[in-house]
Amino acid sequence: MEELALNILIDGTTYGMVLFVIAVGMSVTLGLMRFVNLSHGAFAMIGGYVTAHCIQAWGFGFFSATLLGVLFTIALAGTLEHTVLRHLYRRSELTQVLFTIGLSFFLIATTNAIAGPQIQLIALPDWLNAQVDLGFRVLPAQRLLVIAVGVIVLVAISYAVAKTRFGVWLRAAVDNPDAAASLGIPIRLVQSTTFACGAALAALGGVLGAELMPLEPFYALKYLVLVLVVVAVGGMGDIKGTFMAAWLLGTIDTASQYLASSWGGIFFFVAMILFLARRPDGILKARET
Amino acid sequence: MKHSRRKILLTAAITALSLHAFSAQATPVKIGIVGPFSGPFAHYGVLFKGGVESYLASQGGKLAGQAIEIIYRDSGGPNPGGTKAVVQELVVKDKVDYLGGFIFTPNAMAIAPIIQQSKTPTVIFNAATSAITAKSDYFVRTSYTLWQVTVPEAQWAAKQGIKRVVTAVSDYGPGIDAENAFKSEFTKQGGQVVESIRMPMSTKDFAPFVQRIKATGAQAVYTFLPGGPPNLGFVKAYNQNGLADAGIRFLGTAEMDEFDLQKFGDDAIGLTTAFHYSAAHDSEANKRFKSALKATAPEAVANYASVGAWDGMYVIEQMIQATKGARDGDKAMAAAKSLKWESPRGPVSIDPQTRHITQNVYLRKVEKTADGLVNREIQNFGAQRDHGTKP
Repeated sequence: MEELALNILIDGTTYGMVLFVIAVGMSVTLGLMRFVNLSHGAFAMIGGYVTAHCIQAWGFGFFSATLLGVLFTIALAGTLEHTVLRHLYRRSELTQVLFTIGLSFFLIATTNAIAGPQIQLIALPDWLNAQVDLGFRVLPAQRLLVIAVGVIVLVAISYAVAKTRFGVWLRAAVDNPDAAASLGIPIRLVQSTTFACGAALAALGGVLGAELMPLEPFYALKYLVLVLVVVAVGGMGDIKGTFMAAWLLGTIDTASQYLASSWGGIFFFVAMILFLARRPDGILKARET
Repeated sequence: MKHSRRKILLTAAITALSLHAFSAQATPVKIGIVGPFSGPFAHYGVLFKGGVESYLASQGGKLAGQAIEIIYRDSGGPNPGGTKAVVQELVVKDKVDYLGGFIFTPNAMAIAPIIQQSKTPTVIFNAATSAITAKSDYFVRTSYTLWQVTVPEAQWAAKQGIKRVVTAVSDYGPGIDAENAFKSEFTKQGGQVVESIRMPMSTKDFAPFVQRIKATGAQAVYTFLPGGPPNLGFVKAYNQNGLADAGIRFLGTAEMDEFDLQKFGDDAIGLTTAFHYSAAHDSEANKRFKSALKATAPEAVANYASVGAWDGMYVIEQMIQATKGARDGDKAMAAAKSLKWESPRGPVSIDPQTRHITQNVYLRKVEKTADGLVNREIQNFGAQRDHGTKP
């Protein structure tokens, strides 16, 4: 019985961290920039593909390949932001949704044309593939890395938004761009940097999450619902909320697989409905009365 | 006046008849191939097309001396309505003589009334539910069914002294089919299925299921998962959670299919499956198939889908031969029912009763060679009919 509870806790936490790492970039662009970027999954996919290619074709190590994947995604997202996407910031949300969904389809077709429809695997170094013995069971070392990265990302972004000057600029630029610009805040720099950060986090999530969500051309849309659920339950732009949401939803999903798998994935969505009904503004924010 | 009108009609009728006879000689035999050529399942379309084109090329572009016109049509994913519309168009507008293809069971089921009415011989290259061929007299199948490969595997497991098995299948039609096939045969052999786990299709993290399998203390796990992410995820979790080390054997069917095989990496070494086709099958026919595929369609791999298409084209060729290129669905089907030939997978025949292919099923083990991973056939279970239908 205790072993079952421990299993649920361990697998739930690791799955939750994978969800968090994949969703946190979306929380940054959607929540902090208020830009509905549904091509988030496509950026994650591109980061993963570039990393996989660097390892397979060019023999890079795991970390340098991940770095290249993230940098490539930043460059691509930065270019797109500068040439096209920035014109959408002041447009309606529907325009943003339609455009970024279209962009996703475009990137899916491009990926399919270049790399083919088959799944791409990111080869892990031996020490990440190793099994860590927890006494009563084993756990792949890769999951421990994901947990560590999840915690680092949580701390780093919370600090950057709350404590740094850049965070102040960002909040000002989002709340009132005109006033912020007249105060001398470099609006465009803030926007580009934040968007690039969101894309970088997407790429990181694509690489680290690939163990559970393998890379394929339809990746861009396949896991979008999952990401949107985590971001919505966590609350727009609330990084700590996204963390908690990912953890809770991951644990609930894992528990249902241990205890009631014949019900399918229903508990994940029931939990989403309940959380959103009780805390529509985010899991850590009490409803305003 | 009356007399001459009759004469004109008669002349017209004779002209039309002779024109018709003439056109039957000159126009090519039309074959409609239906499969997913776009969307998430488009790789099956590539495999079908590879098998079809390479067979045609290996026969010099003609089948049984007749010129051939192939019309490819996209069915997308599991989409019975769309497939029905596409097939209706092929039959009514393009007037195809034969149909081939079909990945998904619901798609194949949906077209049964059309081919029954139009008497269009239809070769199923993949869709693997036993019941399909009973839906129309014009279906013939060159793939496999889960019962066909699972029953001999369950018998083998029982003979190996395995007593307690847990089944873990994806929670959808073919998964349930596989679970039933294994359960019924393994219990008949005196074994015990200690737990039957059905994993939701949306599962991403398979670790919980693998832990549950471990906790049952079974000696082996029989599994069925659709190709792609679920398959990769499950095998990875099987290894990462130390099931192989705990002595729980892996019993699969299509999991180690050549399309996914190389992606497993060393994780797959030693895994056992029972299946009808391995690209490593050692025979002249298989070598011919693989070199034809490489020459004509290098983007397609030799696996169950491309070999299903290759053999399907052989069946169509024999039907064209029997009818001398004329359109005669009943005569063509009568010819198909008595076929017996050497396929790249081994000796095969068409069961006249079910119109499903009777073939050897092999026990295979994944091995690493200089060319990467292969499914090495280590035991031949002999000719198997479709165990999913009553004999």
